[in-house]
Amino acid sequence: MRAFAELLDRLSLTASRNAKLTLVRDYLRETPDPDRGWALAALTGDLSFDAAKPAFIRKAVEERMDPQLFWWSYDYVGDLAETVALVWPARPGANREPQFSEVVDDLRGATRAEVQRLIEGWLDALQPTGRWALLKLMTGGLRVGLTARLAKRAAADIGATPVDVAEVEEIWHALRPPYEDLFAWLEGRAYRPSSDNPGRFRPAMLAQAIDEAVDFGKLDPADYAAEWKWDGIRVQAVNEGGVRRLYTRTGDDISKSFPDVVGALTAEGVIDGELLVMRDGKVASFADLQQRLNRKTVDAKALANFPAAIRAYDLLAEGPEDTRVLSFAERRRCLEAFVAQEQSPRIDLSPMQPFASWIELAALRAQPPGGDPQIAEGLMLKRWDSIYQAGRPRGPWFKWKRDPMLIDAVLMYAQRGHGKRSSFYSDYTFGVWTTDDAGARVLTPVGKAYFGFTDEELKQIDRFVRDQTIERFGPVRSVTAEPNKGLVFEVAFEGLQRSTRHKSGVAMRFPRINRIRWDKPPGEADEMATLELMLTRMEGR
Amino acid sequence: MIRPQDLLCPKPQGLYCPPGDFYIDPTRPVARAVITHGHADHARAGHGAVLATAETLDIMGERYGAGFAQSMQAAAYGEAVPRDDVEITLVPAGHVLGSAQAVVRWKGLTIVVSGDYKRRRDPTCPPFEPVPCDVFITEATFGLPVFRHPDDKAEIARLLRSVAQFPERSHLVGAYALGKAQRIIRLLREAGWDKAIYVHGALERLNALYEKHGVDLGPLEPATSTKKHDFTGQIIIAPPSATQDRWSRRFPDPVTAFASGWMQVRARARQRGVELPLVISDHADWDELTSTVDELRPGELWITHGREEALARWAELHGIPARPLALVGYEEEDDG
Ligand SMILES: [Zn+2]
Repeated sequence: MRAFAELLDRLSLTASRNAKLTLVRDYLRETPDPDRGWALAALTGDLSFDAAKPAFIRKAVEERMDPQLFWWSYDYVGDLAETVALVWPARPGANREPQFSEVVDDLRGATRAEVQRLIEGWLDALQPTGRWALLKLMTGGLRVGLTARLAKRAAADIGATPVDVAEVEEIWHALRPPYEDLFAWLEGRAYRPSSDNPGRFRPAMLAQAIDEAVDFGKLDPADYAAEWKWDGIRVQAVNEGGVRRLYTRTGDDISKSFPDVVGALTAEGVIDGELLVMRDGKVASFADLQQRLNRKTVDAKALANFPAAIRAYDLLAEGPEDTRVLSFAERRRCLEAFVAQEQSPRIDLSPMQPFASWIELAALRAQPPGGDPQIAEGLMLKRWDSIYQAGRPRGPWFKWKRDPMLIDAVLMYAQRGHGKRSSFYSDYTFGVWTTDDAGARVLTPVGKAYFGFTDEELKQIDRFVRDQTIERFGPVRSVTAEPNKGLVFEVAFEGLQRSTRHKSGVAMRFPRINRIRWDKPPGEADEMATLELMLTRMEGR
Repeated sequence: MIRPQDLLCPKPQGLYCPPGDFYIDPTRPVARAVITHGHADHARAGHGAVLATAETLDIMGERYGAGFAQSMQAAAYGEAVPRDDVEITLVPAGHVLGSAQAVVRWKGLTIVVSGDYKRRRDPTCPPFEPVPCDVFITEATFGLPVFRHPDDKAEIARLLRSVAQFPERSHLVGAYALGKAQRIIRLLREAGWDKAIYVHGALERLNALYEKHGVDLGPLEPATSTKKHDFTGQIIIAPPSATQDRWSRRFPDPVTAFASGWMQVRARARQRGVELPLVISDHADWDELTSTVDELRPGELWITHGREEALARWAELHGIPARPLALVGYEEEDDG
């Protein structure tokens, strides 16, 4: 338990992706089975507990110490698990620290009352970091900023010859914690575990961003198919051996959240497509899809108000046959037949966009026809003769996003960055002009961005922030932002939605700093009305 | 009947002793001062006469220049020094080099002013010596049950493990310039790190002073040199403020560490952008505070600064009358 607690502790304060990989990889290398397997399951979200409620933890600690002293402590620290981990009185002569696998084993099959006694015994035996990790695990609050995919990447790296993470993902759903067979294979001690279990996830094929200046000169338009890149989330719908599942493109099982889509799968096969909210065959905005994505369970109302569907791009298996070895052209023919046979309003086909030249395609991208393409993210280009290959191979698939929307906004607040950037003010909140209740022209924050600039530009902005600070609130500074004095950013973003969580009422998708307008007086930055107009145009499509 | 407050009482300048006419760690210039240790909030310049250990006088001379007071008197640990009717003895406090508790005796009454102290081993100074007393005056910087400082060897082991785990990065350790920095360096040496340790310019003079007083710090190199240094795989020690400063940009992708008792609380580490918090403190943690009070069982406990209310409550619950003095002017931030 101690090594795992140390790992969680470091992960919780580490920002860099590479550093996280190193930490997890080293832990998995150095920790014996089965502990490391349970740890990996906890990191990928395949193992979670709901063993302890906050009320129980508070009661247990208040039985052991003066409640007033506990309250002052809690008030100071602000986090229940962390406070209890620190204040829990050490018990000399308590049992030895439990192994992670013992915790898992003992919890299995224990009654509610036994669970509480077990947890109290472990808290007595553990060090503060161990207690913190245990409490985070027991309350289901394990948040250390690590995706399941990154944890699998780290596992793929543990052997003398690292394997591709796609190979781990392909078999993941056939594996059960504590994954002894997986580690044996990764360390070269055994063959790869079999992936032949029905309903499994197939690692997704991803596209490279196209480099307009370089790639088009080299590519023959006749070799490529084009289709819209729909603005939902990429999914894989599996119906195999009686098992029906819906996965995200990283292999997370989201079947429970989308029973309507899963229920629509009738023929055996595996579809690669885009998950969207669709009403009468018409795509709704991403915000509507979010209404479904953010819930763990679905009720009838959500199902009726936000009906989900799949727009199919590809077919990875048909009946028992693996079609990934076929060319895209062949797979497309199979897909068309497959979707036609499903005859469901919840599964439709992403239509091909015929074109003769890159110029013709560029015109389509710049001016999409009315209807759904208006809100597509851009175009996908797929080589007709390409097989379905996991990962992001260079050449067969390209994505060609639409040009981003742009506005000029004024820097209002800057916050210190993390890790490498902790000595810089690198996270920026920017605003546009609006009129307040008193009729004054004021700035209202509309978004945050922390990338899009070079290291050199970061230094310049950092200097501006330090020189123009008005007020400090912890790691945040407000800066001069007046019509004639301040800093203007040209902000690029991919989309715009109405939002009740933001004061301005709008939320940008993927905002970033496109250009720093040292030359522009803040007074000439955009107005809130400009964003309103963009919104109306998108909604009125 | 002699009352303790006739011997020592709080004044705006600090703790005052009327029968001896002196202040202990006054925060403003006074005619006669007893200084427990060299941290800037306890040892200020501009007093008339100063009584302190030779090491503390040395530290003050280094910080403020030779003429920091009109006259200085050095007392050895354990040596009784008379001041009018009062007798003052300085005994080790285990906080930093030269740190002392001031034991004040008058007409059969003993008050111990512990200054800042800790109870665990420190390779750079002698350990705290408990002195039986009628009134024990304690600090309470870490006077909350959440502060349980772990074994410092284990914290240093975490630092060295990180150095081994990230050989392509440098490790930048924030440590208070007086005491903490030298203790970290000594602990690193004891853990077997014999490579050169790079130090920020602000630490150089105090490092030399520690060396002069017999604390062997091993090979040190300036981290400020203009020569193009590759700090990859190296450990650099700097004052806490410098690790967030533009100064730190010369190091390759540093792992920012900070050695302080405050690092016990994750939010504090996060706030400062610390990636590797090292919970190493020169102050007593909650267990040390309470066990010291329990060991001495003084007639009264007075609390100078920090989180007085929690320690006072603990003392009351254990049958020891406690009184917060709420002295102002003692920082609690960087010197943790
Ligand atoms: Zn001090």
